[in-house]
Amino acid sequence: MSAGFDSAGVGGTLANEQKLSLGDKLLRLNWLVALLICVLGAIGCAMLYSAGDGGWDPWARRQLVRFAAGFVVMLVIALISIRVWMRLAYVIYFASFALLVAVEVMGQVGMGAQRWINLGFMQLQPSELMKVATVLALARYFHGTSLEEIGRLTRLILPLALVLAPTALVLQQPDLGTALMLLMVAGAIFFVAGVRLWKFAIVIAGGLAAIPVAWQFLHGYQRERILTFLDPSRDPLGAGYHITQSTIALGSGGLFGRGFGQGTQSHLNFLPERQTDFIFTMLAEEFGLIGGLTLIGLFGLLIAAGIIIGLRSYSQFGRLLAIGLATNLFLYVFINIAMVTGRIPVVGVPLPLISYGGTAMLTVMVSVGLILSVSIHRDQRISRHTLDGEM
Amino acid sequence: MDRDTDRQRSLTRRTLVLGGLQVGLFGVLGARLYELQVTEAERYARLADDNRINVQLIAPSRGRIVDRFGQDLAVNDQDFRLLMVAEQAGDVEAVLDRLSAVLPLEDDEIERVLRDVSSRRSFVPVTVRENLSFRQVAEIEVNAPDLPGLSIDVGELRRYPHARLTTHVVGYVGAVSEEELTGDPVLALPGFRIGKSGVEREHDLTLRGEAGARQVEVNAIGRIIRELSREEGQPGEDVQLTLDLGLQQYVQERLSTEISAAATVIDTETGEILALASHPGYDGNLFTNGIDHANWQRLLNDPHTPLVNKAIAGQYAPGSTFKMVVALAGLEDGVIDPTERIFCPGHMDFGNHRFHCWRRGGHGSLAMIESIAQSCDVYYYELARRVGMDRISHFANRLGLGINLPLDMPGQRAGLVPTRAWKEATRGESWLQGETLIAGIGQGYVLTTPLQLAVMTARLANGGREVTPHLTLRVGGPDAPLVDPPAEPLGFAEENMAVVREAMIAVTSGRTGTARRSQIDEPGFEMAGKTGTSQVRRITAAERAAGITRNQDLPWARRDHALFVGYAPIAAPRYACSVVVEHGGGGSAVAAPIASDILRETQRRAPARPLIQASDLADGLEGQDG
Repeated sequence: MSAGFDSAGVGGTLANEQKLSLGDKLLRLNWLVALLICVLGAIGCAMLYSAGDGGWDPWARRQLVRFAAGFVVMLVIALISIRVWMRLAYVIYFASFALLVAVEVMGQVGMGAQRWINLGFMQLQPSELMKVATVLALARYFHGTSLEEIGRLTRLILPLALVLAPTALVLQQPDLGTALMLLMVAGAIFFVAGVRLWKFAIVIAGGLAAIPVAWQFLHGYQRERILTFLDPSRDPLGAGYHITQSTIALGSGGLFGRGFGQGTQSHLNFLPERQTDFIFTMLAEEFGLIGGLTLIGLFGLLIAAGIIIGLRSYSQFGRLLAIGLATNLFLYVFINIAMVTGRIPVVGVPLPLISYGGTAMLTVMVSVGLILSVSIHRDQRISRHTLDGEM
Repeated sequence: MDRDTDRQRSLTRRTLVLGGLQVGLFGVLGARLYELQVTEAERYARLADDNRINVQLIAPSRGRIVDRFGQDLAVNDQDFRLLMVAEQAGDVEAVLDRLSAVLPLEDDEIERVLRDVSSRRSFVPVTVRENLSFRQVAEIEVNAPDLPGLSIDVGELRRYPHARLTTHVVGYVGAVSEEELTGDPVLALPGFRIGKSGVEREHDLTLRGEAGARQVEVNAIGRIIRELSREEGQPGEDVQLTLDLGLQQYVQERLSTEISAAATVIDTETGEILALASHPGYDGNLFTNGIDHANWQRLLNDPHTPLVNKAIAGQYAPGSTFKMVVALAGLEDGVIDPTERIFCPGHMDFGNHRFHCWRRGGHGSLAMIESIAQSCDVYYYELARRVGMDRISHFANRLGLGINLPLDMPGQRAGLVPTRAWKEATRGESWLQGETLIAGIGQGYVLTTPLQLAVMTARLANGGREVTPHLTLRVGGPDAPLVDPPAEPLGFAEENMAVVREAMIAVTSGRTGTARRSQIDEPGFEMAGKTGTSQVRRITAAERAAGITRNQDLPWARRDHALFVGYAPIAAPRYACSVVVEHGGGGSAVAAPIASDILRETQRRAPARPLIQASDLADGLEGQDG
């Protein structure tokens, strides 16, 4: 956890190697991002307080504890050198992959899908960690790949495998939302790394062609969700109930909302899962359009900060890592809000920092920690080949 | 480094594209929120209220039905019900067990409660027992601490204090059937009852009142969170009937000496129905909570048809009570003079048939008044022949026979007074003149109801005014206006009416009158009337030759119907009465004594409104005495 550890990892071959003390690092911490995290965390706790009908239990208190723990994790990750993260990228990837496999073997059934590993103090969802790990691994891979090399198809086989292997496992669980998110994050990294657009075109065309085939492999409830999304009225008390009730709650919030703790739809239990996936609905019911747009704005600032941090990084690894993680954050927010407003099917993606849940909180804190690490170590230059040999 | 610079440039460019895409997608979300929360906010606010606000109806209290003197005929009893809310009870079986010590429960009762509890949400009250006595309520209340989740609820239960006397008139209420749902939400309330027959049905909407409503906030599973507003309903209006309960009781009990009979008493001036009795009766209270199968089968299969209100739905050949109609028709049409004498040899030959008089030896020479007093058949064969069927039918209808009367009560039958056209239309055969002769003595196709006969008698007694029979005295409180349908003159000549009335007086007061033995022996209460005996079987020539079988020797269902119509007092007619004893035998022997008793009792009770001056009445009585 010190500058010394840092330099050992890089091997002292770079010209403008930096040695930063702990104090320097804290000074270089992006305090805007930290502040945004705190504000969002506070909003989350407030909404869970409301969701608990004006009580710290059952959700707000635990969320606050998790937030505090997550915040510490975030800071620790931020202070660890980006070189260490680059070195550990594949290790973390394979560790996460192993956990994902473990879920298949010994995971317990929750909400109709195998997604959790019970760690005793929290339910770990390896697929969430897998997203961060995949971003790390891809950033690491593309860091060591020149623009010319990326142009070669053979060079894309390994990163594709890095993406498709966990995606297949997550689909197996089955968790359609997370699988799609993995593909989209990976796609964003491939795109930013410089993969030619025509290759995307081919893959997308192939993907569309595969839809009828994929439909055969979808579970009944997944098909149901997609069909219900296309026409919520076909099952107003069943699968369509979530979307219908969510839009009613949202719409009834109006411009200024019903006031904190006054959301009738949420508090009378018409809104399902108000503490997790549908917490944005409750926020928008209680604080109206103003509240909803404010929250989207705050997330927008956080994501923009992540992307800017990426753009300002000296290393390709740092750039891809920060942009990839920021995009991942964007996907969380977008998919969750698009879902609760009835724009896309209900796929079960939480709203980071706001929804009740340990894994999502941890994932976001780890992601932002890594982004902050990129920020602190933005001037660190890492040779394209330095670490390649070590693998 | 240059390559890295290229790579960085490419990355920056593409990142800006990616960032732009993200901004665009967030914009889509913002637009969606604007659409939901501003453009369509009102619609969603309404949907949200629909979601959470549940309108519950409060059943209105049903109006009472009382008789003309305010005696209760249909009232609402408080119904104490024991309800259980499972989630408050906790261990339901243990609570029921403890309840058994206070209120003994049958095994199947406990089973039903447990079944109801398991099939409903735990906060929905389940009825444990209805119709608790005060004592049971008190015992449960005392033990309340040991009986969590149990509560006493007060509802309303319709009760008929004099059901056996009045069910045919008052009717009864019952649960709303599928076909009776009109969309009025109050009908869907659990336990709501509507009028199924009689006055309960006729005045159902008036008695029902208007439901109140309370708005409650409910959560997603329907639990009531709080009451938002409450609007009390409008209780149903009371209905006061023209019926005199005391007279009704007398008439019903008087009829109960017979197997099956009906009687009607109406006010000749107003048309008010004072008594409308049909025997045997039944207990309408049986229907309030749904009649059980055994009782229903018993009522349904009883050969004496207790479910039928024979006073308005029993159709009987009027027999000789029809002779006044033919007499009046003959006088009005000028085909006979009241003094003209017609000779009765005991039969009349017409066409190929011989038409018999009830007296085998014949009546000899008779004028009109004697013909009615002695009820000669031959006189009316001849008179009917002269008048013709269609004219007889016309006068019968004007007097209220063979038509649907404008009665404020469901279930009446029209009876029938045939015309030539009627037979053509329904039988496809032309009318035979012999049938006119048969109709002339109230037999053949002619059918009337006891109510129609009473109306006919009233219209004859009141000098030919078209009184309308009605049961409703007023709707609403004691200040409500009286129902008073007009009684326009029918346009019959007064001297003709006088002849008919004089003939009816001769029936009860004349030396040879068929009902002279039944004349009321209280001075001033004397009645006028007409006997009738209507055959329900055809008497063959062979039987006539061998001697007609006496009624008592026939099976009940083949015996003659005994009829009597009458009015009283003679001097100032006020009450008209009709009596039909099904298969009772002769009108003079069976029906006339009953009518006599009824009219005497009616005059003793004097239920009529004081329309005529007491002095007028006194004058009339003096005249009669002389």
